[in-house]
Amino acid sequence: MSEIFKGIEPMVHNSKISVPYSWWAGDTASKFFISLRDARKIIAPRCGKCGKVFMPPRKVCPTCFTENTDWVDVSDEGTVVSYSVSRRQLEAIPGDKKVPVIWGLIKLDGADTALLHYLDEVDPGSVTIGMRVKAVFAESRTGGIRDISHFKPVK
Amino acid sequence: MAKRVAIVGTGQTFHKSHRPDVNGQELINEAVQRALADADLTMKDIDAILIGNMDHFEGINYVDCWSVDGCGGVMKPVIKITTGGTTGASLAIGGYHMVGSGMFEKVLIIGWEKNSESDTTGAITTAFDPIWDRQVFAGAISGLAAEAQAYMARFGASDRDGARVSVRDRKHAMNNPHAQLRKEVSLEDVLASPMLADPIHLLDVCPRSDGACAVIMASEDSAEKICPVPDWIWGTSAHNTYSYLGDGDWGRLTSMEQCAKEVFKKAGIKEPRKELDVIEMYQPYSFAGLIWIEDMGIVGHGEAPQFVWDGNTDMGGELPVNPSGGVIACNPIGATGLIRCAEAAMQVMGKAEGRQVPDVKFAVSTGFGGCMWTNMLLHGKRKPN
Ligand SMILES: [Zn+2]
Repeated sequence: MSEIFKGIEPMVHNSKISVPYSWWAGDTASKFFISLRDARKIIAPRCGKCGKVFMPPRKVCPTCFTENTDWVDVSDEGTVVSYSVSRRQLEAIPGDKKVPVIWGLIKLDGADTALLHYLDEVDPGSVTIGMRVKAVFAESRTGGIRDISHFKPVK
Repeated sequence: MAKRVAIVGTGQTFHKSHRPDVNGQELINEAVQRALADADLTMKDIDAILIGNMDHFEGINYVDCWSVDGCGGVMKPVIKITTGGTTGASLAIGGYHMVGSGMFEKVLIIGWEKNSESDTTGAITTAFDPIWDRQVFAGAISGLAAEAQAYMARFGASDRDGARVSVRDRKHAMNNPHAQLRKEVSLEDVLASPMLADPIHLLDVCPRSDGACAVIMASEDSAEKICPVPDWIWGTSAHNTYSYLGDGDWGRLTSMEQCAKEVFKKAGIKEPRKELDVIEMYQPYSFAGLIWIEDMGIVGHGEAPQFVWDGNTDMGGELPVNPSGGVIACNPIGATGLIRCAEAAMQVMGKAEGRQVPDVKFAVSTGFGGCMWTNMLLHGKRKPN
């Protein structure tokens, strides 16, 4: 690195730009979040054509390209499809989570696609693909995906 | 296609972790000047410019306009293409379409990035869905770690197999003066480097770089007049897979499989392992060097580790992969896919100097992006039929 700066006085201008965004979840995601927040129930839309059940919920089936109008109950238990353990406290990791943070792709029973979420109450070295896990709901729920606190192994 | 299309010149910067001596436009200009010199053309010969980067890395969202001084776009059509990691490969495919349409004779294609100007992980995170994936985890490594874990579980590969790929690419980079990281490492070095996201170690992944690459494409009407051995584009393909991380078929890169099928069919290639001479793959981490050559159809599922251990993908092997050192040695993200294309073109044109593979008749270059996208170009010495 020092070699790169050799003979150069690097003039730097730091950004003062602040662009706060707010994202509308939309009716489809909101229906899911309200169910999570108020009833601790996981629901998902199903394609009327191919029958696929989508997690996260989505309004249109990407394959059939038709609107999903049916909703079905999905289990709060599922199977780990893949996972990793974050070892570095990057800023992209929410502040309340301290490394090692385990996240997994979890295919809930009744859904056809996996949900990205945290795994906890388990040693990072003990996580395996195919492991059965169960949702633990957050005590205080505000209508977001973190109304599920994490998934833990099914005993 | 109305016209056959060839690459007639390429240029690159000497990629570094930081380029405090130039701003973005000046960095772009270095690559453009080298490409023009390589083709023995001037800006007057260029009919249109395609330029791209990943906006959030520099926080400059109208590069097509802002870069004009550096890219040579004064009073010329300039179009921006930005598709995340695949940006450079998308640019090359876009240039192929523009020239192939017959509407532009000579097109200058530029990919660039100054990754040193922001937080790479933070910027990449903005590519993930804000309501879902971003609330849990994002960054570039998450999807790659999921892929590697699933591949290891499905096919019994190990982290040593991954490390072998990193050792190869870092050794190859010793032959490439444009690569940022030119330091050989051992298997033990890779496995002892810090774990970032299981099973990916620091030395399994790409760095972030400052750099630019420029490629000039011309139609069959002028290609052979500009360049004695142009690099003919035989086919291109681009496929995207999912919207959310949980949709993927983890452990397989279905977009790569689809691209390879399409491109090889166009050229009548039935046995890519035998018929290809070199691959420049957008391989951001080591395990991809196993998984993705299987999906490309070079070897069967689960066979890549042995194929790589046997030296087949090393320089001098049956089918060298990444003679340039690849992405693990150098990664100015918006340029990275176009560098693969330029390196493949140099191999076909016989201009790859210390990293030249002998007598290249067919080469493949690829691009890769966050949603497990693949872009692919097939390059050939012979003019397509
Ligand atoms: Zn459907």
